[in-house]
Amino acid sequence: MLTTEERQRHPLLKKLHLDGPLLLGLLSLCIASLFIVYSASGQNMDMVVRQAIRIGAALATLFVVAQLPPRFYERISPLIYGLGVLLLIAVLLVGEVGKGAQRWLDLGPVTIQPSEIMKLAMPLMIAWFINQRALPPRLLRIAAALALVLLPTLLIAKQPDLGTSLLVASAGLFVIFFAGLSWRLIVFAVMLILAFLPVLWIYLMHDYQRQRVLTFLNPELDPLGSGYHIIQSKIAIGSGGIDGKGWLHGTQSQLEFLPERHTDFIFSVISEEFGLIGVTLLLALYTFVIIRGLIIALRTQDMFAKLLAASLTLTFFVYVFVNIGMVSGLLPVVGVPLPLISYGGTSMVTLMAGFGIIMSAATHHRLVIRDGYQ
Amino acid sequence: MRTRTPIRDHDAESSLFAGRVIFAIVVIIGLFAVILGNLYHLQVDEYNDLQTRSNDNRIKLVPIAPNRGLIYDRNGTLLAENLPVYSLEVIPEEVTDLEQQVARIANLLEIPPEAIEDFEQNVKTQRRFNHVTVLDDMNEQQIARFAAKQHKFPGFSIEARLVRHYPFDDLLTHVVGYVAKINRRDVQRLDEEERLPNYAASRTIGKLGIEKYYEEQLHGEVGYRSVEVNNRGRVVRTLNTEPPTPGSDIVLELDIELQRKATEILGENRGSIILMDAQTGGILAMASTPSYNPNWFVSGISVDRYRSLLNSRHSPLLNRATQGGYPPASTIKPQLGLLGLQSGEITPTTRIWDPGWFEIKGVDRRYRDWLAWGHGWVNVSKAIRESCDTFYYDLALKLGVDQISDFMHQFGFGEKTGIDIAEEIPAIMPNSGWKRARYGQPWYAGETLSVGIGQSYWTATPMQLAAATGVMANNGEFVIPRLLRGYGTLDDMQVVEPKYNQPVQVDKQSYWQVVHDAMVEVTSSIHGTAHSAFRHAPYTSAGKTGTAQVVNLGEDEEYVAEEVAEKYRDNAMYIGYAPAESPEVVIAVAIENVVGGGGSIAAPAARRLLDTWHKRYHPEQYEEVESAND
Repeated sequence: MLTTEERQRHPLLKKLHLDGPLLLGLLSLCIASLFIVYSASGQNMDMVVRQAIRIGAALATLFVVAQLPPRFYERISPLIYGLGVLLLIAVLLVGEVGKGAQRWLDLGPVTIQPSEIMKLAMPLMIAWFINQRALPPRLLRIAAALALVLLPTLLIAKQPDLGTSLLVASAGLFVIFFAGLSWRLIVFAVMLILAFLPVLWIYLMHDYQRQRVLTFLNPELDPLGSGYHIIQSKIAIGSGGIDGKGWLHGTQSQLEFLPERHTDFIFSVISEEFGLIGVTLLLALYTFVIIRGLIIALRTQDMFAKLLAASLTLTFFVYVFVNIGMVSGLLPVVGVPLPLISYGGTSMVTLMAGFGIIMSAATHHRLVIRDGYQ
Repeated sequence: MRTRTPIRDHDAESSLFAGRVIFAIVVIIGLFAVILGNLYHLQVDEYNDLQTRSNDNRIKLVPIAPNRGLIYDRNGTLLAENLPVYSLEVIPEEVTDLEQQVARIANLLEIPPEAIEDFEQNVKTQRRFNHVTVLDDMNEQQIARFAAKQHKFPGFSIEARLVRHYPFDDLLTHVVGYVAKINRRDVQRLDEEERLPNYAASRTIGKLGIEKYYEEQLHGEVGYRSVEVNNRGRVVRTLNTEPPTPGSDIVLELDIELQRKATEILGENRGSIILMDAQTGGILAMASTPSYNPNWFVSGISVDRYRSLLNSRHSPLLNRATQGGYPPASTIKPQLGLLGLQSGEITPTTRIWDPGWFEIKGVDRRYRDWLAWGHGWVNVSKAIRESCDTFYYDLALKLGVDQISDFMHQFGFGEKTGIDIAEEIPAIMPNSGWKRARYGQPWYAGETLSVGIGQSYWTATPMQLAAATGVMANNGEFVIPRLLRGYGTLDDMQVVEPKYNQPVQVDKQSYWQVVHDAMVEVTSSIHGTAHSAFRHAPYTSAGKTGTAQVVNLGEDEEYVAEEVAEKYRDNAMYIGYAPAESPEVVIAVAIENVVGGGGSIAAPAARRLLDTWHKRYHPEQYEEVESAND
């Protein structure tokens, strides 16, 4: 379509199957991450180096993933999904226990977290499954798709890892939404979920999860216990004011009043040190990445690629929203890191792999056109 | 390859998809707007509140104790000082093999195992980045040994703090007092007086004597260091320091040499000697024996030691100078004689016949004079000079106890003198109303006779006797005794002005002269009761002896000091002033349970102290004597 000028503008990027604006946005976030991790780790250069290595590995993953056409991913979707489900079952049987939950699988030299695989496998599988027939999907297909969403979701929730299970589920549900799920059904589903909430509260949630929700509703209830995190986080954000206390000068973070300052609560560090101006810029950067992802989804021709790109982008938004929402007191604390900024390994690689798929969708569409019309 | 629906309307599917994407974009922007709105609320609307809470988190005030003011005597001798005490401290966090290192140090410094056990207990309760004391109060040898090997013990350090020390040990306990650990009662009192914040860093507080009375001036004002702390309370850096204001130094009227002499004179006896400046009321010496070492209390006295002080039959804790209620005995005869003259009951020439005893009309009991064969014809001057009891029995009976009591209150009897220490009793100046209130009984005439010779229920502290004698020396002017000379040091002292009570007034100045002359004769006349004690004194002096019975003897019982139990022996009293013509000092002596009396025990004691005083304060007279001899 409009690729002629673009191709002329970025012939090299095109050849490398990379989308310029998206790459620019991602790189900006990664560089910001290094500076913020340096501050949030209490100026620990070792951690910055480790984070840089991770970013490098994640970008390499992105690059490799982008080289393969969407059709390849379409073909292997059921395979990845099946593997993911098997690994999730394996984790429940023989997984490593950490922080009261079984999430890791020890495979000799490496430990893997199958729920991370599922973050990609889920939208791949649902996009593949929905795209088998014309859109919008029929009721039966929707029901089958929901079953495919539910299975891994329950397996992850059982670990227990409520936050990830909801993110994985939403990645699948977003595909169904983009595929044209009728509004009437959406309204019905929302009402069903609302009805389901008490059941969730009473039977399915663990004590620590309920505690999180209670604390979220009124953090001052337990200011030294579980409410401590959110109170300190709000103090950090608020005391940043408009222009912030300055890089490395956030007292809440540097003096460790802020918990999990380099992982889940890193947004509070940014707010404290760079103020409202800083966080507005950060949100602008995220918005840019998200809009770019959705534009790619709009432009690409293949419906599988469209659904996948849109779903992955929207999931990315959910990460950002949930993390910022939880540290600023809008949402309960569910342990979701700030994507591409928080210090940490697996999720960075998974996210970049997702963006690799989006870039693949952005740069391989000419083949698809030929495939469709010739 | 793939089986698909035969015809798929790609345009319709794309536009359906596009609609969903646009909806998603709207939702995304909407939710981001909610987030931004919330951030705006926190960072702008609630900025002030959250900024304050952020500072409350990180800024803590660490109080700094002020240095306590020093106490000097009138010649600049240091009576209470602050000495550094060294302790070995460790920050557990900075030591990798704490147990082994402590064992090595225990070996090096010969620390007893109990102290190490205490240390191990403390380590468990303290945060790992806080100082924990390994060994308190290190001696010089231990300091030297550790200093030589300090490099082998990273994380260990010697810390110094100032601790109150009294170089004169038990010599000044009843004057200077002491400081000791702040206890719960102190905290409560400080809190009520809203002075508690000032003690945030202080470990000790004045508990006795000058240390207690001038606590506010000596203590100083607490300082503060505002520090930034992290979430575990570890100090990260100091933001600001407001230094403490040290306590004011103070100078006492005391002369340590005279104090030493007074204590030496008392020796093993229980008693008190006071030497007071007749004009300013300044206390040059205030001895009370037995005493004890105030340094025991500074760092905490052992229960056993305290109990032995408390239960000792010699009552070392009692400050006899201001808390010892002694029957004043004949030492009050000058004042009573003055009252006789003032009241008109007698004139200077009124005389009575003393056969050695006195009888109240209609009462079949003889009140004996100390001189069994009597003094013969006696007027008031002779009655003072020779301490005639019979004359005073007669006079007291004429005056009545209530008139006596009223007049004696003007001299400060039955009242606290107001000297600047808290340990003082008003003692007892009885009258008929007092007896009725206290015992529910009427006053008997026989008791009035006893009051006439300073006995019965009448008690007085040596400090009261000194103050009342000062009134005699100054013809009625009543200067209040005081230990404090001024604030600051000798070079830069803010001198405190003397304070006065209402003066004692009599109708004729000649009354003072009559009594004064009689008191001079006590020391100078061949018949004076203190004549032998003051023979050849190089200065003139006025005085009055007193010998107080501790037990009442029956009418015909003989008192033989050597035969009665020590605690039933007489008390020897003496009051006086010198030089007689222009009094500079007043002296009061009370020595308990002695074989002898005012004339043989107390007067010589007074003489020895006055001699020492005279040599120190009038050295020029001795030079003249020496040069005259040459």
